[in-house]
Amino acid sequence: MSTTASEMYETTVGLEIHVELSTNSKMFCACPVDFGGDPNTRVCPVCLGMPGSLPVPNQMAIEYTMKIAAALHCDIARFHEFHRKNYFYPDMPKNYQISQYDHPIGTKGYVEVTGDFGTKRVGINRVHLEEDTGKSTHVGGSGRIADSDHSLVDFNRAGTPLVEIVSEPDITSAEEARAFVTELRAILESLDVSDVRMEEGSMRVDANISTRLTGAPEYGAKVEVKNMNSIRSVGRALEFEEKRQRKALDDGETLVQETRHFDEKTGTTSSLRTKEFAFDYRYFPEPDMVPFEPDQAWIERVRGSLPELPASKRARFAEIYGLSDKEIQTLTTTSATAGWFEEAVAAYGGEAKKISNWILADLYGLLNESGQELSDGKIAPAQLAALVKLVDDGAISGKQAKEVITVMFETGDDPAKVVEERGLKQVSDTGAIEVFVDEVIAENPDAVEKIREGKDGTLGFLVGQVMKKSRGQANPAMVNDLLRSKIN
Amino acid sequence: MSIDRKTVDHVARLARLDLSEEERTRMQGEMTAILTHAGKIQELDLDDLEPTSHAIPLRNHMRPDVAGRCLTQEEALANAPKAEDGRFWVPRIVEDSGE
Amino acid sequence: MSELLWKSAKELSEALSNKEVSAVELAQAMLARADEVDPKIHAFLKRTDEIALEQAKAADERRARGETSSAFDGVPVAYKDIFCTKGVTTTMGSKILETFVPPYSATVVERCEAAGLTMLGKLNLDEFAMGSSTEWSAYGPTKNPWDLERVPGGSSGGPPALIMSGGVPWGWGTDTGGSVRQPAALCGCVGVKPTYGLVSRYGIIAFASSLDQAGPFARTVEDAAILLMLAAGHDPMDATSIPQEVPNYLDGIDAGIQGMKIGIVKEFTDTEGLQPGVKQRVDEAYTRLERLGAELVEISLPSFQYAISAYYLVAPAEASSNLARYDGVRYALRSDEGTDIVKMTSRTRDEGFGPEVKRRIMLGTYALSAGYYDAYYGKAQKTRSLIIKELDAAYEKVDLIVSPSSPDTAFKFGAKTADPLSMYLSDIFTVPVNMAGNAGISIPCGLSPDDNLPVGLQIIAKSLDEKTMFRAAHAFEQDLGFASDPGMRPQI
Ligand SMILES: [Mg+2]
Ligand SMILES: [Zn+2]
Repeated sequence: MSTTASEMYETTVGLEIHVELSTNSKMFCACPVDFGGDPNTRVCPVCLGMPGSLPVPNQMAIEYTMKIAAALHCDIARFHEFHRKNYFYPDMPKNYQISQYDHPIGTKGYVEVTGDFGTKRVGINRVHLEEDTGKSTHVGGSGRIADSDHSLVDFNRAGTPLVEIVSEPDITSAEEARAFVTELRAILESLDVSDVRMEEGSMRVDANISTRLTGAPEYGAKVEVKNMNSIRSVGRALEFEEKRQRKALDDGETLVQETRHFDEKTGTTSSLRTKEFAFDYRYFPEPDMVPFEPDQAWIERVRGSLPELPASKRARFAEIYGLSDKEIQTLTTTSATAGWFEEAVAAYGGEAKKISNWILADLYGLLNESGQELSDGKIAPAQLAALVKLVDDGAISGKQAKEVITVMFETGDDPAKVVEERGLKQVSDTGAIEVFVDEVIAENPDAVEKIREGKDGTLGFLVGQVMKKSRGQANPAMVNDLLRSKIN
Repeated sequence: MSIDRKTVDHVARLARLDLSEEERTRMQGEMTAILTHAGKIQELDLDDLEPTSHAIPLRNHMRPDVAGRCLTQEEALANAPKAEDGRFWVPRIVEDSGE
Repeated sequence: MSELLWKSAKELSEALSNKEVSAVELAQAMLARADEVDPKIHAFLKRTDEIALEQAKAADERRARGETSSAFDGVPVAYKDIFCTKGVTTTMGSKILETFVPPYSATVVERCEAAGLTMLGKLNLDEFAMGSSTEWSAYGPTKNPWDLERVPGGSSGGPPALIMSGGVPWGWGTDTGGSVRQPAALCGCVGVKPTYGLVSRYGIIAFASSLDQAGPFARTVEDAAILLMLAAGHDPMDATSIPQEVPNYLDGIDAGIQGMKIGIVKEFTDTEGLQPGVKQRVDEAYTRLERLGAELVEISLPSFQYAISAYYLVAPAEASSNLARYDGVRYALRSDEGTDIVKMTSRTRDEGFGPEVKRRIMLGTYALSAGYYDAYYGKAQKTRSLIIKELDAAYEKVDLIVSPSSPDTAFKFGAKTADPLSMYLSDIFTVPVNMAGNAGISIPCGLSPDDNLPVGLQIIAKSLDEKTMFRAAHAFEQDLGFASDPGMRPQI
């Protein structure tokens, strides 16, 4: 009996995620946390590592980190402190990074992820707070560091509060990794502590992936994959790497511990450096700062400030709105989207499903074209609710409503105003419709005869004629009824 | 206690000090002497004590999350040995190759 | 004007307020004195004559309007070149910062400026405050005004040398393991190491962050207490700064020491290398304290014998990290050699740092590196806990502790530079105070009968008990009459 490759090997993935916090000021100084701006204009003696400057920790950054730890079901440390991580790098102003070492803010948490693989818990090893580095631009050659002539360093980003989240090696496939990052991103987004934009680097994912024979006692050689700039890339990079490692083992090769770079264009990874000489970071407690001992009240206050997290939100949506998993997944991608939906449902007062349909079938198409999020579009939740009510009340037809929503999307106008301006009012006045109905009956004696003989299918033709005369503004249900009663 | 030459080289690399041959040789002797003296603390029984990183028992010293004034680009770069396009110029970035 | 040169800051404050002298005249007199003595003692790394005169003029204008920034508005001051001064080069006594012009000032400097003190200049020190003789300054040593063949002590050698040459009434140094108290002892003036966290470290170039503390030098205890009060107190820019009000140290400073319990450290009595002349003067000082009404109590602090060992692991370890930022990228020196970043940084650091700094960086890097951390750095920090524990127990029995400030008087140039360990032992009496974060003061207790050079008495107080420390020091000083005796000044 042959064993398939997927049973022969097992993949182990651990993820390390860095998230830039969206505080007002930097981690250890008062420079604003802000993207853009001319190089080296959001810097001060502290974040430039100037002689004599001292770091003073940002209270909000610490609270945000506690919040993240709480949301990831971590134990929140009653004692935590900063260490110095010493190594030379030109975009790191002090040549040490202030980070947390053996006393991080959060430990022993988990994230529950769901997908085709089912539902599983991925352990969170730690959540700690540190500072970001500056940014180098490599000049000469291809623009990559390897063949550049020199580099230019901008320290605007240096000192931005950075939270590092380290998962346990509980992930066993690219699919699980993708699901984990998606869920983590949704959790962080709901906490409103970061922009979590992978493309812009405010959320950065590194993966450690290894392959071993199923059941082998030791993990395989650990390969670190870098440069995955979207959740999609995480999946692609790990899929590629998983296959590459399995094939290498099949071919009798020995895998080595190395760091590999993911190439977005080719979808492949390539070795960045194989010789993993042991870094000696010489960690020691940061003498410029005193430790932290948050009391129970502080920790409780942070826990109490947690918003509804994506998992509870999804459960609630299923329960009270009766939506499908797929719908829920889409409507809860961000808390802003979910909030928008709930506001619309509340304004509407009717069946949530209808609102969901309008969002998913119509609004999303428009949003995708313009690359916007639901919450930054021009349509307000109450406006969508008003539109759906107009259809319910028979004021306009469903078809007309689709035209109206396109206009609303462009202008942000109320549906009533659009209907008015475009003259789209559905005619439900019996007198007006009767005139058209009588005309159509008079003009189509043959069709009328067929109906009288019981050929009901012809009724639709007559309805169409009436609608045409009314330029689409007649209420089709009323037309139907009138035709029937006059013919029979 | 004796520091060997290999350790001197390793430590000099970690510390980014391009010491001359002569300096390395002298450093080996001096480090041995000083660390021998410093090693006196090995005599002490310190098992029951926590390390002291801070001599004062302060806790939770933080600043409010309020943004303030920055340096101008000119001020930031004023002390730079070399700058270009508003940034600090550094020679080719290479990885520390280890030993 | 020359009679002004030896007046205390307190006396100068009165002279200014009585309009006997103007701030500009004062600054001019001190700068003229610098012209005279500095070629001999080399206390200055940079004179800031223009700033001094400008600030003095502003002080005089304020006074003319009937306003003053403080009672000391217009009194000159000078800083060890470790304090960042906005727009004025701050070199740390190192080639690596030869051209460094800070865009900001240290909190100490800002507070002194706010009090109206006029800055005469930046004074010499051992490179990166590492040393006990000022011989490690990259810009040449400072000389002891008592004997130009001898060191002024260090690392803050510049301020006490200038003060005891009549060049300035007071000045600021920093003390990481004795760098204020030891040079104060060797130059015959008063030097204070305040409680860790009392004075903001913001803008003071770091040597060993958990030990560094700024401290005043002066010719009288009162002046030292006043200068400390002008700058001490909580600073939000320093996360290790103590958030407490600073008491007025002059309140009750005259109350004497009747009934005070003063500890004498048993383990220090037979310290190896303690000069007989120093021992004699210090023993006499103990007797004097007793005569003034204090009760002397012998205390045992066995861990003090290990303090130097632990210190020479902790301080270099922190220094190795603090000094990593001097890499040739953002400020001051960059080596011309090296076409890649690793080579450029390694060359810059080799060219920019002197031998003592390199030695400490190597020691500290070693003490922190993998495999050695627990045995060295970790154990040294536990030794620190032991020192604190023993001191806490001692303070149950005594109010203050006394000892010599330095095992010897000012030594000759070159006497200790060849043997780093012998230089390190200069700090044997002062280091435990830094390790515990306590307060300490060195005050003159006479001239050694061996060589006619000043001897310093150290008085140690528990953290934040500067008031008791100043009271005892003042009582001793008044009784000895050293500060007021013109015969007890160097003939320079
Ligand atoms: Mg990190
Ligand atoms: Zn800053």
